[in-house]
Amino acid sequence: MNLDLNTEQKLLKNSARSFLKQECPSALVRKVRNSDEAFPETLWKNMADMGWMGLGIDEEYGGIGGSASDVAVLMEAMGEASLPAPFFTTVVVSGTAIQQSSNEEMKAKLLPLLVTGKLVSSFALIEPNNDYGLTHIRTAATADGSDWIISGTKLFVEYAKGARYFLTVANVEGTGLIVAMIDAATDGIKLKSMPTLDYSKQCEVVFNAVKVPAENILALGDDAESMLNHLEDICAVAKCSEMMGAIQSVLDVSVEYVKDRTQFGQPVGGFQAVQHHCANMAVNVDSARYLTGLAAWKLSEGLPATKEASMAKSFVSKAAVRVSKLGHQVHGAISFCDEHDMHLYLRRTQSASMAFGNTEYHLEKVAQKIGL
Amino acid sequence: MDFKFTDKEQAFHDELTDFLIAELPAGWADHPVQWPHDYAHSPYRDPKDMEVHESFIKKIAEKGWLTISWPKEYGGQGFNNMQQAIFDERMSYYRAPAGSSGSVGAGIVGPMLLRIGTKEQQAEFIPRIARGEITFWLGYSEPNAGSDLGAVRTTAIEDGDDLVLNGQKCWSSLAHKADYSWMIVRTDPDARKHQGCSFVIVDNKTPGVEMQPVINILGDHSFNEVFMTDARIPKNNLVGEKNKGFYHLMQALDFERITLVGIGGFKRMFEEIIDYVKTNKRNGKLLSEIPSVRYKLAEIATNIEIGYMLFWRTAEMLDRGEDPNVESSSLKVATTELARDMAEVAMEILGPYGQLTESSEWSPIRALVSRGFLESISATIGAGTSEIMRNIIAQRGLGLPRV
Repeated sequence: MNLDLNTEQKLLKNSARSFLKQECPSALVRKVRNSDEAFPETLWKNMADMGWMGLGIDEEYGGIGGSASDVAVLMEAMGEASLPAPFFTTVVVSGTAIQQSSNEEMKAKLLPLLVTGKLVSSFALIEPNNDYGLTHIRTAATADGSDWIISGTKLFVEYAKGARYFLTVANVEGTGLIVAMIDAATDGIKLKSMPTLDYSKQCEVVFNAVKVPAENILALGDDAESMLNHLEDICAVAKCSEMMGAIQSVLDVSVEYVKDRTQFGQPVGGFQAVQHHCANMAVNVDSARYLTGLAAWKLSEGLPATKEASMAKSFVSKAAVRVSKLGHQVHGAISFCDEHDMHLYLRRTQSASMAFGNTEYHLEKVAQKIGL
Repeated sequence: MDFKFTDKEQAFHDELTDFLIAELPAGWADHPVQWPHDYAHSPYRDPKDMEVHESFIKKIAEKGWLTISWPKEYGGQGFNNMQQAIFDERMSYYRAPAGSSGSVGAGIVGPMLLRIGTKEQQAEFIPRIARGEITFWLGYSEPNAGSDLGAVRTTAIEDGDDLVLNGQKCWSSLAHKADYSWMIVRTDPDARKHQGCSFVIVDNKTPGVEMQPVINILGDHSFNEVFMTDARIPKNNLVGEKNKGFYHLMQALDFERITLVGIGGFKRMFEEIIDYVKTNKRNGKLLSEIPSVRYKLAEIATNIEIGYMLFWRTAEMLDRGEDPNVESSSLKVATTELARDMAEVAMEILGPYGQLTESSEWSPIRALVSRGFLESISATIGAGTSEIMRNIIAQRGLGLPRV
């Protein structure tokens, strides 16, 4: 057992943190928030130059390989920086889906583009009548010769405006689910902004009889179901890692602040009430770290990971928001101001806590896995 | 991160599991009246169980497993801390006698003697601890020294070859059933608070040592008040450096916070609750079908998993030669609050049946939940309150100032 990062992961963590500190300061996060651009192109290109887009992607497609635990390290650094770029939907979600597919043509066509940062992909899953899970997908896919016609409305599609593809989940009447890579340039696609709490650029995406060639289908029926179940674990763990990074940062910043801030003639960090807030933050951060690490490790080893992924997501979703709020509390009034970064973490953790299953959704999954 | 046992650790885990299944009487886990993380030291309801208890400890001692992480020359197995942790987990999961909560000697005094004791002290006590022949009680708390242990007032003053003890200890768990005390006393009354303390070993039979029972919240005699009146012990029973007791104590407390967790007990208790809700109906519905029950139990399962990882982490750090002072405090906070939360959740799920205190046809899960509800009150207080644990995490872990 080794509950530390391995040597390569420590290197990755350090280089990612210093890169993002330089290239993605909170000033950039605010700039993107206030602009119409989907994400900062230069940052994205520089991330690609770091080789990050190839993490977790097989070497035969130009990737650099690596496990779910390695991806977790990078996601954590991105959470710390409140990264406003589509790494998660492109590399983690779409990259995993394409690789898991048996569609060799798509792999050969898309993965080499993806690893160089030339392909941005978004994930179109949620619909007006569902929030989480796969049971109420109403977006319809109907066969049209060898092609498919897809119609329906998707919500909360991150970075849809900058995406070249939509990884889309639809339902084939009588057959089950279908997973398609829909080219964003196809006729019949309409986007509408959905401004959210965390400033992420989410959209409503309407597919109106969009024609999707057969070669763009990643999975169908049982294959689609198992791909999406696996993706749900991957997404849950990645979101946990992102929240982890954010709250580690909240803790670090808060500890520095309370050592420095003086009231009643002493650092406020000397007051036991404040110390206990900080201790609670630390225990929550540690617990979140190991639960997330356990789930990522199971995924890396190819072991069944749903129970651990859902334990992590159910816990971290609550813990991260709890820690962020304690961060605000120990900072006092300044943290309520836009100029201060604390609210960036609060926003990011609250939104991430609701992405790909909130606490209750994942508790129900855990309940099933423990025999209830 | 890598969460896998080594082959050697896994082999030990499996060997121990087989041993426990083979050697404990069938259905043994239903006998101890025990809630996870109990400091109240639960009795058996059937007095005959005490015979099983004693003969099982002998078997464990024969295997050399009471003291597995001690060096071989001292009767141990020379195993690493992870194997010790595996031992504690398995023993507590099977609720085996001399599981983690019964091992002050093997878990705290022995390791401390091996670190700071003299050769003579080691020769006198170590083999007998290893064979399970002698037991110890912890002589820390006093009426005016609880969380503030530096305030101990019991004195031990040199007189010829003796130390003469005067003072009082309290909350002395199972002192009346033990042979010796591992006691912190004041050897320099003039020194500043933390600088005049030392550790001594006190034989319970020493003239001048008297005990009075204190009945705990559960109606059991677990605590004692212990009075020392001109009690003479040999000077050689002073352990470690004179007047450096407080520094030794910090180490001893870390051992305690790890040793007493009994992490496997959480899993076992939880499994009993799961079985119950799957087989019992209320208002025409299985308890396990009620969403709030499912969520609450899934949350407890998650927190047990966290407890396990914080537990393995302390063992892993010790094996790397690191001092898990802060980490053992996190472990203690997390697991003791879990013991309390699990009792509260079980109480909510069981409704009026949760309050039954005696095992009967109407009492779910052998009436353990009402016991756990009361017993877990001690968990967040004993061996360092949750508040002291948070002070340690904040001050030693995060570097916040001591004011």
